[in-house]
Amino acid sequence: MDLSGRIILGDGSALLRKTVRGLLEDQRKKILLNLADVDYIDSSGIGELVSGFTAVKNQGGDLKLLQLTKKVRDLLQITKLYTVFEVFSDEGTAIRSFQ
Amino acid sequence: MAPDTKHLEVTLETQVESVNLAEELCLRVAEAAGFGEDECYRIGMSVREGVINAFHYGNRECPEKKIHLAVDLTEEKMIIHVLDEGTGFNLADIPDPLAEENLLSTSGRGIFLMRAFMDEFDVVAGKNGGAEIVMSKRLPTPGSASPNGQGGQAASPQHGA
Repeated sequence: MDLSGRIILGDGSALLRKTVRGLLEDQRKKILLNLADVDYIDSSGIGELVSGFTAVKNQGGDLKLLQLTKKVRDLLQITKLYTVFEVFSDEGTAIRSFQ
Repeated sequence: MAPDTKHLEVTLETQVESVNLAEELCLRVAEAAGFGEDECYRIGMSVREGVINAFHYGNRECPEKKIHLAVDLTEEKMIIHVLDEGTGFNLADIPDPLAEENLLSTSGRGIFLMRAFMDEFDVVAGKNGGAEIVMSKRLPTPGSASPNGQGGQAASPQHGA
């Protein structure tokens, strides 16, 4: 799933939540979030990523991240979430990791 | 207040839109003060987190309450105050978001980010109640801030909360 813009308090976070929950309802539990065009995430957006990650894990699936921008990568590193999420720079490698 | 301090003060509604408004306002001040792109990002993020804190935890999203934002620009630094109308809180009570047991928490990273991104950070009791976040960033010295902010210091958390 390709995301773009800002994942922040309000519509950005709400849309991410709705989308991940929608995928789970459709029994699609191998989720790769492409964040290449996401240049900004605040604490609310981080919380939503974690919430999605946990929800997917709880249903036996996996939520992984692809192509982080520098700001998002730095943010995940200082919050120690870089060690929680599986992060990929190459889409093919990321997709194969689900198999 | 020192005579050469520039002061800006606004009262914001307790609503989501106030977060963006506060961020934009402070970003304009930061840009005018000469901060580079990276430092502006850190200041903007900290203001967002301060106002989110006031909106959500301080005022409990109660629309009757207000959020008071003030910016002081001195010769040395940009100081940002975010005051809510809640019951206040103690910094020592805030869980450490980096602790293993809190890593998957969906909230509680705002204070940590403000501490990481600003030079000084504190929470004091408001004069009429509530909590007042006070945070500052030293102004760039001439020649230290390139347009992309490479002259700024790297973000690193000062505390574990």
